[in-house]
Amino acid sequence: MSVRGVLRAMPTMLRVGFAESVAYRAEMFVWVLSTTMPLVNMVLWMAVAKHSPVGQYGQADFVSYFLATFAVRQLTSAWAAWIINWEVKQGTLAMRLLRPISPLWAYMFDNIAGFPLRLVVAVPVVVLSVVLVGADKAVPQHAWQWGLFLLAVLGGWAITFLANVAMGALSLFTDSSQKTMEVWMVLFFVCSGYMYPVELLPDGLRAVINWLPFRYQMGLPVELMTGAHDLPTALGLLARQWAWVLGMGTLALGIWKYGVRRFAAFGG
Amino acid sequence: MLRRYLRLFGVQLKASTLQALQYRVDFFTEGFTSLCWTFTALAPLFVVYGGRPEVEGWSFGQALLVVGWFTLLQGILEGAINPSLTGVVEHIRKGTLDFVLLKPADAQFLVSTQRFLPWRAFNVLTGVGLFFYAFSLLGHGPSPLGVLTSLVLLGTSTLLLYSLWILTVSAAFFVVRVDNLTYLFSSIFDFARWPSSVFKGVARGALTLVFTYVIPLALMTTFPAEAMLGRLPLTSLLGAVVGSLVFSWVARRVWIRSIGHYTSASS
Repeated sequence: MSVRGVLRAMPTMLRVGFAESVAYRAEMFVWVLSTTMPLVNMVLWMAVAKHSPVGQYGQADFVSYFLATFAVRQLTSAWAAWIINWEVKQGTLAMRLLRPISPLWAYMFDNIAGFPLRLVVAVPVVVLSVVLVGADKAVPQHAWQWGLFLLAVLGGWAITFLANVAMGALSLFTDSSQKTMEVWMVLFFVCSGYMYPVELLPDGLRAVINWLPFRYQMGLPVELMTGAHDLPTALGLLARQWAWVLGMGTLALGIWKYGVRRFAAFGG
Repeated sequence: MLRRYLRLFGVQLKASTLQALQYRVDFFTEGFTSLCWTFTALAPLFVVYGGRPEVEGWSFGQALLVVGWFTLLQGILEGAINPSLTGVVEHIRKGTLDFVLLKPADAQFLVSTQRFLPWRAFNVLTGVGLFFYAFSLLGHGPSPLGVLTSLVLLGTSTLLLYSLWILTVSAAFFVVRVDNLTYLFSSIFDFARWPSSVFKGVARGALTLVFTYVIPLALMTTFPAEAMLGRLPLTSLLGAVVGSLVFSWVARRVWIRSIGHYTSASS
Protein backbone atom coordinates (compact mmCIF):
# COMPACT_ATOMS: atom_id res chain seq x y z
CA MET A 1 0.00 0.00 0.00
CA SER A 2 1.54 3.24 -1.07
CA VAL A 3 1.53 6.43 0.94
CA ARG A 4 -0.90 7.89 -1.59
CA GLY A 5 -3.30 5.03 -1.04
CA VAL A 6 -3.24 5.53 2.71
CA LEU A 7 -3.87 9.25 2.29
CA ARG A 8 -6.79 8.52 -0.03
CA ALA A 9 -8.34 6.10 2.43
CA MET A 10 -7.72 8.32 5.46
CA PRO A 11 -10.71 10.72 5.32
CA THR A 12 -13.17 7.86 4.91
CA MET A 13 -11.65 5.84 7.73
CA LEU A 14 -11.66 8.84 10.02
CA ARG A 15 -15.29 9.58 9.15
CA VAL A 16 -16.32 6.00 9.89
CA GLY A 17 -14.32 6.01 13.12
CA PHE A 18 -15.86 9.29 14.24
CA ALA A 19 -19.37 8.05 13.44
CA GLU A 20 -18.66 4.94 15.51
CA SER A 21 -17.39 6.96 18.45
CA VAL A 22 -20.53 9.11 18.36
CA ALA A 23 -22.74 6.04 18.12
CA TYR A 24 -21.15 4.54 21.22
CA ARG A 25 -20.83 7.85 23.07
CA ALA A 26 -22.47 6.54 26.23
CA GLU A 27 -19.99 3.72 26.41
CA MET A 28 -17.10 6.10 25.89
CA PHE A 29 -18.42 8.29 28.64
CA VAL A 30 -18.39 5.34 31.05
CA TRP A 31 -14.78 4.63 30.04
CA VAL A 32 -13.91 8.23 30.79
CA LEU A 33 -15.58 8.00 34.19
CA SER A 34 -13.56 4.90 34.95
CA THR A 35 -10.30 6.89 34.80
CA THR A 36 -10.87 8.50 38.17
CA MET A 37 -7.45 7.56 39.49
CA PRO A 38 -6.01 11.09 39.13
CA LEU A 39 -8.90 12.42 41.21
CA VAL A 40 -8.38 9.72 43.86
CA ASN A 41 -4.76 10.76 44.12
CA MET A 42 -5.63 14.44 43.97
CA VAL A 43 -7.58 14.31 47.23
CA LEU A 44 -4.78 12.37 48.90
CA TRP A 45 -2.16 14.93 47.91
CA MET A 46 -4.42 17.85 48.80
CA ALA A 47 -4.66 16.42 52.30
CA VAL A 48 -0.90 15.96 52.41
CA ALA A 49 -0.20 19.54 51.29
CA LYS A 50 -2.82 21.07 53.56
CA HIS A 51 -0.44 22.72 56.01
CA SER A 52 2.85 22.91 54.15
CA PRO A 53 3.84 22.33 50.51
CA VAL A 54 5.49 19.08 49.40
CA GLY A 55 8.69 19.94 47.53
CA GLN A 56 7.57 22.80 45.29
CA TYR A 57 3.95 21.65 45.16
CA GLY A 58 1.30 23.39 47.23
CA GLN A 59 -2.39 22.46 47.31
CA ALA A 60 -3.24 24.52 44.21
CA ASP A 61 -0.32 22.99 42.30
CA PHE A 62 -1.61 19.51 43.04
CA VAL A 63 -5.09 20.45 41.85
CA SER A 64 -3.76 21.80 38.55
CA TYR A 65 -1.35 18.86 38.19
CA PHE A 66 -3.97 16.15 38.64
CA LEU A 67 -6.70 17.85 36.62
CA ALA A 68 -4.13 18.19 33.82
CA THR A 69 -3.32 14.50 34.30
CA PHE A 70 -7.00 13.65 33.91
CA ALA A 71 -7.23 15.70 30.71
CA VAL A 72 -3.99 14.35 29.21
CA ARG A 73 -5.08 10.79 30.02
CA GLN A 74 -8.21 11.34 27.90
CA LEU A 75 -6.17 12.65 24.99
CA THR A 76 -3.34 10.13 25.00
CA SER A 77 -5.20 6.91 25.73
CA ALA A 78 -4.99 4.01 23.32
CA TRP A 79 -6.69 0.64 23.48
CA ALA A 80 -5.25 -1.03 20.38
CA ALA A 81 -3.69 -3.83 22.44
CA TRP A 82 -7.10 -5.07 23.58
CA ILE A 83 -8.59 -4.78 20.11
CA ILE A 84 -5.72 -6.69 18.49
CA ASN A 85 -5.90 -9.33 21.21
CA TRP A 86 -9.61 -9.75 20.70
CA GLU A 87 -9.39 -9.87 16.92
CA VAL A 88 -6.65 -12.48 17.06
CA LYS A 89 -8.76 -14.65 19.38
CA GLN A 90 -11.90 -14.22 17.27
CA GLY A 91 -10.01 -14.75 14.03
CA THR A 92 -11.42 -11.54 12.54
CA LEU A 93 -7.89 -10.27 12.01
CA ALA A 94 -7.73 -12.49 8.93
CA MET A 95 -10.42 -10.35 7.30
CA ARG A 96 -8.52 -7.19 8.07
CA LEU A 97 -5.35 -8.65 6.58
CA LEU A 98 -7.15 -9.26 3.29
CA ARG A 99 -7.73 -5.53 2.82
CA PRO A 100 -5.21 -3.62 0.74
CA ILE A 101 -4.27 -1.41 3.68
CA SER A 102 -2.36 -2.44 6.79
CA PRO A 103 -4.58 -3.10 9.83
CA LEU A 104 -2.24 -0.85 11.80
CA TRP A 105 -3.55 2.18 9.90
CA ALA A 106 -7.09 1.11 10.73
CA TYR A 107 -6.29 0.87 14.45
CA MET A 108 -4.57 4.22 14.32
CA PHE A 109 -7.37 6.08 12.55
CA ASP A 110 -9.90 4.43 14.83
CA ASN A 111 -7.97 5.83 17.78
CA ILE A 112 -7.58 9.30 16.29
CA ALA A 113 -11.24 9.48 15.29
CA GLY A 114 -12.29 9.29 18.92
CA PHE A 115 -10.25 12.39 19.61
CA PRO A 116 -12.91 15.10 19.06
CA LEU A 117 -15.25 13.41 21.51
CA ARG A 118 -12.45 13.08 24.04
CA LEU A 119 -11.74 16.77 23.71
CA VAL A 120 -15.34 17.35 24.75
CA VAL A 121 -14.45 15.67 28.06
CA ALA A 122 -10.96 17.08 28.47
CA VAL A 123 -11.67 20.76 27.76
CA PRO A 124 -14.23 21.27 30.57
CA VAL A 125 -11.79 19.70 33.04
CA VAL A 126 -9.10 22.16 31.93
CA VAL A 127 -11.61 25.02 32.24
CA LEU A 128 -12.45 23.81 35.75
CA SER A 129 -8.76 23.83 36.57
CA VAL A 130 -8.47 27.43 35.33
CA VAL A 131 -11.44 28.42 37.49
CA LEU A 132 -10.04 26.69 40.58
CA VAL A 133 -6.38 27.69 40.51
CA GLY A 134 -6.11 30.46 37.90
CA ALA A 135 -4.88 30.40 34.32
CA ASP A 136 -1.22 30.93 35.22
CA LYS A 137 -1.06 27.57 36.98
CA ALA A 138 -3.50 25.55 34.87
CA VAL A 139 -2.49 26.18 31.27
CA PRO A 140 0.62 27.25 29.31
CA GLN A 141 1.28 31.00 29.27
CA HIS A 142 3.15 31.62 26.01
CA ALA A 143 2.77 30.49 22.42
CA TRP A 144 5.99 28.45 22.56
CA GLN A 145 4.75 26.64 25.67
CA TRP A 146 1.52 25.75 23.90
CA GLY A 147 3.51 24.47 20.94
CA LEU A 148 5.73 22.27 23.09
CA PHE A 149 2.72 21.03 25.06
CA LEU A 150 0.90 19.95 21.91
CA LEU A 151 4.06 18.26 20.66
CA ALA A 152 4.37 16.43 23.99
CA VAL A 153 0.75 15.27 23.88
CA LEU A 154 1.27 13.97 20.37
CA GLY A 155 4.45 12.19 21.45
CA GLY A 156 2.74 10.77 24.53
CA TRP A 157 -0.09 9.43 22.42
CA ALA A 158 2.36 7.95 19.88
CA ILE A 159 4.32 6.08 22.58
CA THR A 160 1.12 4.77 24.16
CA PHE A 161 -0.35 3.68 20.85
CA LEU A 162 2.85 2.02 19.59
CA ALA A 163 3.37 0.23 22.91
CA ASN A 164 -0.21 -0.99 22.54
CA VAL A 165 0.52 -2.31 19.06
CA ALA A 166 3.67 -4.04 20.32
CA MET A 167 1.80 -5.75 23.17
CA GLY A 168 -1.20 -6.60 21.02
CA ALA A 169 1.07 -8.11 18.38
CA LEU A 170 2.55 -10.38 21.05
CA SER A 171 -0.80 -12.18 21.12
CA LEU A 172 -0.09 -13.36 17.57
CA PHE A 173 2.45 -15.85 18.88
CA THR A 174 2.27 -16.03 22.68
CA ASP A 175 -0.69 -16.36 25.01
CA SER A 176 0.86 -14.21 27.72
CA SER A 177 0.22 -10.83 26.12
CA GLN A 178 -2.54 -10.06 28.63
CA LYS A 179 -0.06 -10.47 31.48
CA THR A 180 2.47 -8.30 29.66
CA MET A 181 -0.18 -5.59 29.42
CA GLU A 182 -0.89 -5.84 33.12
CA VAL A 183 2.79 -5.50 34.02
CA TRP A 184 3.06 -2.54 31.65
CA MET A 185 0.06 -0.90 33.32
CA VAL A 186 1.60 -1.36 36.76
CA LEU A 187 4.87 0.21 35.62
CA PHE A 188 2.93 3.02 33.96
CA PHE A 189 1.04 3.76 37.18
CA VAL A 190 4.21 3.84 39.26
CA CYS A 191 6.66 5.56 36.90
CA SER A 192 4.64 7.88 34.67
CA GLY A 193 3.64 10.61 37.05
CA TYR A 194 0.06 9.39 36.93
CA MET A 195 -0.19 8.96 40.70
CA TYR A 196 2.23 11.66 41.84
CA PRO A 197 4.50 14.19 40.13
CA VAL A 198 7.77 12.50 39.18
CA GLU A 199 9.56 15.53 40.63
CA LEU A 200 8.72 14.30 44.14
CA LEU A 201 10.70 11.08 43.81
CA PRO A 202 14.25 10.76 45.16
CA ASP A 203 16.98 11.67 42.64
CA GLY A 204 18.25 8.12 42.03
CA LEU A 205 14.78 6.84 41.12
CA ARG A 206 14.09 9.85 38.94
CA ALA A 207 17.24 9.24 36.95
CA VAL A 208 16.03 5.69 36.19
CA ILE A 209 12.56 6.90 35.25
CA ASN A 210 14.00 9.45 32.84
CA TRP A 211 15.36 6.56 30.76
CA LEU A 212 12.05 4.68 30.72
CA PRO A 213 9.19 5.49 28.33
CA PHE A 214 6.50 5.97 30.98
CA ARG A 215 7.22 9.55 32.03
CA TYR A 216 6.99 10.63 28.39
CA GLN A 217 3.53 9.09 28.08
CA MET A 218 1.98 11.14 30.84
CA GLY A 219 4.26 13.15 33.11
CA LEU A 220 5.96 15.28 30.45
CA PRO A 221 2.78 16.60 28.75
CA VAL A 222 1.30 17.35 32.17
CA GLU A 223 4.45 19.16 33.34
CA LEU A 224 4.51 21.24 30.15
CA MET A 225 0.84 22.05 30.53
CA THR A 226 1.34 23.37 34.04
CA GLY A 227 4.53 25.18 33.02
CA ALA A 228 6.92 23.28 35.27
CA HIS A 229 9.97 23.50 32.93
CA ASP A 230 12.00 26.25 31.31
CA LEU A 231 12.80 26.04 27.60
CA PRO A 232 16.13 24.10 27.67
CA THR A 233 14.83 21.45 30.11
CA ALA A 234 11.62 21.07 28.12
CA LEU A 235 13.49 20.64 24.84
CA GLY A 236 15.82 18.06 26.37
CA LEU A 237 12.90 16.02 27.69
CA LEU A 238 11.04 16.33 24.38
CA ALA A 239 14.08 15.02 22.52
CA ARG A 240 14.08 11.96 24.79
CA GLN A 241 10.36 11.53 24.26
CA TRP A 242 10.65 11.46 20.50
CA ALA A 243 13.62 9.11 20.71
CA TRP A 244 11.24 6.78 22.52
CA VAL A 245 8.58 7.28 19.84
CA LEU A 246 11.10 6.10 17.25
CA GLY A 247 12.33 3.22 19.42
CA MET A 248 8.82 2.04 20.26
CA GLY A 249 7.78 2.37 16.62
CA THR A 250 10.64 0.16 15.47
CA LEU A 251 9.85 -2.40 18.16
CA ALA A 252 6.12 -2.43 17.42
CA LEU A 253 6.58 -2.82 13.68
CA GLY A 254 9.16 -5.55 14.19
CA ILE A 255 6.91 -7.62 16.48
CA TRP A 256 3.90 -7.00 14.25
CA LYS A 257 5.64 -8.09 11.04
CA TYR A 258 7.01 -11.23 12.68
CA GLY A 259 3.66 -12.00 14.33
CA VAL A 260 1.62 -11.61 11.14
CA ARG A 261 3.92 -14.06 9.38
CA ARG A 262 3.28 -16.55 12.17
CA PHE A 263 -0.45 -15.82 12.11
CA ALA A 264 -0.67 -16.45 8.37
CA ALA A 265 1.10 -19.75 8.92
CA PHE A 266 -1.62 -20.77 11.40
CA GLY A 267 -4.59 -19.80 9.27
CA GLY A 268 -3.17 -20.61 5.86
CA MET B 1 -34.73 -24.32 53.36
CA LEU B 2 -31.46 -22.87 54.63
CA ARG B 3 -29.83 -26.29 54.49
CA ARG B 4 -30.85 -26.69 50.89
CA TYR B 5 -29.27 -23.37 50.00
CA LEU B 6 -26.09 -24.19 51.85
CA ARG B 7 -25.86 -27.43 49.90
CA LEU B 8 -26.47 -25.58 46.65
CA PHE B 9 -23.75 -23.12 47.58
CA GLY B 10 -21.39 -26.02 48.20
CA VAL B 11 -22.16 -27.53 44.81
CA GLN B 12 -21.59 -24.23 42.99
CA LEU B 13 -18.35 -23.57 44.85
CA LYS B 14 -17.10 -27.09 44.14
CA ALA B 15 -17.73 -26.69 40.42
CA SER B 16 -15.74 -23.47 40.31
CA THR B 17 -12.93 -24.91 42.39
CA LEU B 18 -12.60 -27.96 40.17
CA GLN B 19 -12.36 -25.69 37.17
CA ALA B 20 -9.72 -23.57 38.86
CA LEU B 21 -7.67 -26.64 39.78
CA GLN B 22 -7.24 -27.37 36.08
CA TYR B 23 -5.21 -24.15 35.79
CA ARG B 24 -2.84 -24.44 38.71
CA VAL B 25 -0.18 -22.20 37.14
CA ASP B 26 -2.67 -19.34 37.31
CA PHE B 27 -2.18 -19.33 41.06
CA PHE B 28 1.36 -18.05 40.54
CA THR B 29 0.65 -15.60 37.75
CA GLU B 30 -2.29 -14.17 39.72
CA GLY B 31 -0.06 -13.98 42.77
CA PHE B 32 2.58 -12.10 40.83
CA THR B 33 0.15 -9.58 39.35
CA SER B 34 -1.55 -9.18 42.72
CA LEU B 35 1.77 -8.22 44.29
CA CYS B 36 2.44 -5.81 41.41
CA TRP B 37 -0.91 -4.05 41.86
CA THR B 38 -0.38 -3.88 45.59
CA PHE B 39 2.86 -2.11 44.89
CA THR B 40 1.00 0.52 42.84
CA ALA B 41 -1.40 0.98 45.75
CA LEU B 42 1.53 1.51 48.10
CA ALA B 43 3.73 3.66 45.85
CA PRO B 44 1.94 6.97 46.57
CA LEU B 45 2.07 6.21 50.30
CA PHE B 46 5.83 5.69 50.20
CA VAL B 47 6.19 9.02 48.42
CA VAL B 48 3.81 10.77 50.82
CA TYR B 49 5.31 9.42 54.02
CA GLY B 50 8.82 9.89 52.73
CA GLY B 51 8.50 13.53 53.75
CA ARG B 52 6.19 13.62 56.75
CA PRO B 53 5.25 11.38 59.69
CA GLU B 54 1.48 11.63 59.46
CA VAL B 55 -1.42 12.77 57.28
CA GLU B 56 -4.82 13.71 58.74
CA GLY B 57 -4.05 11.73 61.90
CA TRP B 58 -2.85 8.58 60.11
CA SER B 59 0.73 7.39 60.39
CA PHE B 60 2.30 5.22 57.68
CA GLY B 61 1.60 1.97 59.52
CA GLN B 62 -2.00 2.96 60.18
CA ALA B 63 -2.60 3.98 56.57
CA LEU B 64 -1.11 0.62 55.53
CA LEU B 65 -3.97 -1.09 57.39
CA VAL B 66 -6.46 0.76 55.20
CA VAL B 67 -4.59 -0.31 52.07
CA GLY B 68 -4.54 -3.84 53.48
CA TRP B 69 -8.33 -3.83 53.85
CA PHE B 70 -8.66 -2.36 50.39
CA THR B 71 -6.54 -5.15 48.92
CA LEU B 72 -8.37 -7.83 50.88
CA LEU B 73 -11.77 -6.60 49.73
CA GLN B 74 -10.49 -6.35 46.20
CA GLY B 75 -9.65 -10.04 46.44
CA ILE B 76 -13.20 -10.82 47.59
CA LEU B 77 -14.60 -8.60 44.86
CA GLU B 78 -12.59 -10.16 42.05
CA GLY B 79 -12.69 -13.70 43.34
CA ALA B 80 -16.26 -14.09 44.54
CA ILE B 81 -18.46 -11.20 43.44
CA ASN B 82 -17.30 -9.96 40.04
CA PRO B 83 -17.19 -13.24 38.08
CA SER B 84 -20.76 -14.21 38.92
CA LEU B 85 -22.28 -10.88 38.24
CA THR B 86 -20.50 -10.26 34.95
CA GLY B 87 -22.09 -13.58 34.04
CA VAL B 88 -25.52 -12.01 34.67
CA VAL B 89 -24.83 -9.31 32.13
CA GLU B 90 -23.91 -12.01 29.64
CA HIS B 91 -27.15 -13.87 30.45
CA ILE B 92 -29.23 -10.76 29.87
CA ARG B 93 -27.55 -10.02 26.57
CA LYS B 94 -28.01 -13.54 25.24
CA GLY B 95 -31.44 -14.13 26.76
CA THR B 96 -30.25 -17.21 28.65
CA LEU B 97 -31.36 -15.76 31.97
CA ASP B 98 -34.65 -17.60 31.33
CA PHE B 99 -32.96 -20.87 32.29
CA VAL B 100 -31.90 -19.38 35.61
CA LEU B 101 -35.35 -17.97 36.34
CA LEU B 102 -36.97 -21.33 35.63
CA LYS B 103 -34.89 -23.16 38.23
CA PRO B 104 -36.62 -23.89 41.55
CA ALA B 105 -34.29 -21.71 43.62
CA ASP B 106 -33.94 -18.01 44.23
CA ALA B 107 -32.63 -16.29 41.09
CA GLN B 108 -30.46 -13.80 42.96
CA PHE B 109 -28.82 -16.62 44.90
CA LEU B 110 -28.20 -18.63 41.74
CA VAL B 111 -26.64 -15.81 39.74
CA SER B 112 -24.55 -14.68 42.70
CA THR B 113 -22.96 -18.08 43.16
CA GLN B 114 -22.59 -19.22 39.58
CA ARG B 115 -18.88 -18.61 39.27
CA PHE B 116 -15.92 -18.14 41.61
CA LEU B 117 -12.30 -17.53 40.66
CA PRO B 118 -10.35 -18.90 43.62
CA TRP B 119 -6.95 -17.82 42.28
CA ARG B 120 -8.15 -14.24 42.07
CA ALA B 121 -8.59 -14.31 45.81
CA PHE B 122 -4.80 -14.16 46.15
CA ASN B 123 -5.33 -10.50 47.06
CA VAL B 124 -6.87 -11.67 50.33
CA LEU B 125 -3.53 -13.22 51.26
CA THR B 126 -1.69 -10.07 50.18
CA GLY B 127 -4.05 -8.01 52.34
CA VAL B 128 -3.37 -10.18 55.39
CA GLY B 129 0.35 -9.89 54.67
CA LEU B 130 -0.02 -6.11 54.73
CA PHE B 131 -1.70 -6.31 58.15
CA PHE B 132 1.31 -8.15 59.56
CA TYR B 133 3.69 -5.66 57.97
CA ALA B 134 1.68 -2.72 59.31
CA PHE B 135 1.57 -4.01 62.88
CA SER B 136 5.27 -4.82 62.81
CA LEU B 137 5.87 -1.16 61.90
CA LEU B 138 3.49 0.04 64.62
CA GLY B 139 5.39 -2.08 67.12
CA HIS B 140 2.32 -3.63 68.76
CA GLY B 141 -0.31 -6.18 67.81
CA PRO B 142 -4.03 -5.53 67.48
CA SER B 143 -6.13 -6.04 70.60
CA PRO B 144 -8.22 -9.26 70.63
CA LEU B 145 -11.36 -7.14 70.79
CA GLY B 146 -10.13 -5.13 67.82
CA VAL B 147 -9.63 -8.28 65.76
CA LEU B 148 -13.09 -9.50 66.71
CA THR B 149 -14.68 -6.18 65.74
CA SER B 150 -12.82 -6.08 62.45
CA LEU B 151 -14.05 -9.60 61.66
CA VAL B 152 -17.64 -8.42 62.18
CA LEU B 153 -16.84 -5.48 59.90
CA LEU B 154 -15.37 -7.84 57.31
CA GLY B 155 -18.83 -9.36 57.15
CA THR B 156 -20.57 -6.00 56.81
CA SER B 157 -18.04 -4.77 54.22
CA THR B 158 -18.52 -7.85 52.08
CA LEU B 159 -22.27 -7.44 52.35
CA LEU B 160 -22.00 -3.77 51.34
CA LEU B 161 -19.75 -4.57 48.41
CA TYR B 162 -22.10 -7.28 47.25
CA SER B 163 -25.15 -5.02 47.60
CA LEU B 164 -23.49 -2.22 45.64
CA TRP B 165 -22.77 -4.78 42.97
CA ILE B 166 -26.33 -6.03 42.87
CA LEU B 167 -27.42 -2.42 42.37
CA THR B 168 -24.94 -2.05 39.51
CA VAL B 169 -26.10 -5.24 37.85
CA SER B 170 -29.75 -4.28 38.27
CA ALA B 171 -28.94 -1.41 35.95
CA ALA B 172 -28.17 -4.03 33.32
CA PHE B 173 -31.89 -4.72 32.95
CA PHE B 174 -32.40 -1.14 31.78
CA VAL B 175 -29.20 -0.52 29.79
CA VAL B 176 -27.75 -3.59 28.20
CA ARG B 177 -24.07 -2.65 27.79
CA VAL B 178 -22.84 -3.04 31.30
CA ASP B 179 -19.50 -4.76 30.88
CA ASN B 180 -17.75 -1.46 31.28
CA LEU B 181 -19.90 -0.67 34.32
CA THR B 182 -17.67 -3.18 36.10
CA TYR B 183 -14.71 -0.91 35.38
CA LEU B 184 -16.69 2.07 36.52
CA PHE B 185 -17.51 0.29 39.76
CA SER B 186 -13.89 -0.65 40.35
CA SER B 187 -12.79 2.91 39.77
CA ILE B 188 -15.29 4.24 42.31
CA PHE B 189 -14.04 1.59 44.72
CA ASP B 190 -10.57 3.07 44.22
CA PHE B 191 -11.62 5.93 46.46
CA ALA B 192 -11.59 3.45 49.35
CA ARG B 193 -7.79 3.24 49.10
CA TRP B 194 -7.10 6.06 51.52
CA PRO B 195 -8.36 6.70 55.04
CA SER B 196 -11.65 8.55 54.61
CA SER B 197 -10.45 11.53 56.62
CA VAL B 198 -8.22 12.66 53.72
CA PHE B 199 -11.41 13.72 51.95
CA LYS B 200 -12.21 16.20 54.70
CA GLY B 201 -10.42 19.05 52.95
CA VAL B 202 -12.31 18.66 49.68
CA ALA B 203 -15.60 20.49 49.05
CA ARG B 204 -15.96 21.32 52.76
CA GLY B 205 -16.31 17.69 53.81
CA ALA B 206 -19.14 16.95 51.37
CA LEU B 207 -17.12 14.07 49.93
CA THR B 208 -16.67 12.47 53.34
CA LEU B 209 -20.45 12.52 53.76
CA VAL B 210 -20.98 10.98 50.32
CA PHE B 211 -18.47 8.20 50.94
CA THR B 212 -19.94 7.42 54.34
CA TYR B 213 -23.67 7.53 53.66
CA VAL B 214 -24.34 7.48 49.90
CA ILE B 215 -21.60 5.18 48.60
CA PRO B 216 -20.43 3.67 51.88
CA LEU B 217 -16.75 3.28 51.00
CA ALA B 218 -15.52 4.56 54.34
CA LEU B 219 -17.41 1.77 56.08
CA MET B 220 -15.57 -0.82 54.03
CA THR B 221 -11.92 0.04 54.58
CA THR B 222 -11.49 2.87 57.08
CA PHE B 223 -13.83 1.47 59.74
CA PRO B 224 -12.22 -2.00 59.93
CA ALA B 225 -8.76 -0.42 60.03
CA GLU B 226 -9.85 1.81 62.91
CA ALA B 227 -11.38 -1.20 64.65
CA MET B 228 -8.03 -3.01 64.46
CA LEU B 229 -6.37 0.02 66.00
CA GLY B 230 -9.03 -0.09 68.73
CA ARG B 231 -10.25 3.44 68.08
CA LEU B 232 -13.59 2.82 66.40
CA PRO B 233 -16.50 4.22 68.43
CA LEU B 234 -19.22 1.71 69.29
CA THR B 235 -21.83 3.84 67.53
CA SER B 236 -19.91 3.53 64.26
CA LEU B 237 -19.83 -0.24 64.66
CA LEU B 238 -23.58 -0.36 65.20
CA GLY B 239 -24.03 2.05 62.32
CA ALA B 240 -22.00 -0.21 60.04
CA VAL B 241 -24.01 -3.29 60.97
CA VAL B 242 -27.41 -1.59 60.65
CA GLY B 243 -26.32 0.34 57.56
CA SER B 244 -25.13 -2.72 55.69
CA LEU B 245 -28.33 -4.62 56.52
CA VAL B 246 -30.47 -1.72 55.29
CA PHE B 247 -28.32 -1.42 52.20
CA SER B 248 -28.62 -5.09 51.34
CA TRP B 249 -32.39 -4.94 51.88
CA VAL B 250 -32.62 -2.00 49.46
CA ALA B 251 -30.46 -3.85 46.93
CA ARG B 252 -32.72 -6.88 47.23
CA ARG B 253 -35.85 -4.77 46.56
CA VAL B 254 -34.22 -3.12 43.55
CA TRP B 255 -33.15 -6.51 42.20
CA ILE B 256 -36.68 -7.91 42.45
CA ARG B 257 -38.10 -4.86 40.69
CA SER B 258 -35.47 -5.08 37.96
CA ILE B 259 -36.17 -8.75 37.35
CA GLY B 260 -39.72 -7.63 36.59
CA HIS B 261 -38.26 -5.53 33.81
CA TYR B 262 -36.53 -8.49 32.20
CA THR B 263 -37.82 -9.26 28.74
CA SER B 264 -36.79 -12.78 27.88
CA ALA B 265 -35.52 -13.97 24.55
CA SER B 266 -38.89 -15.31 23.49
CA SER B 267 -41.41 -12.68 24.53
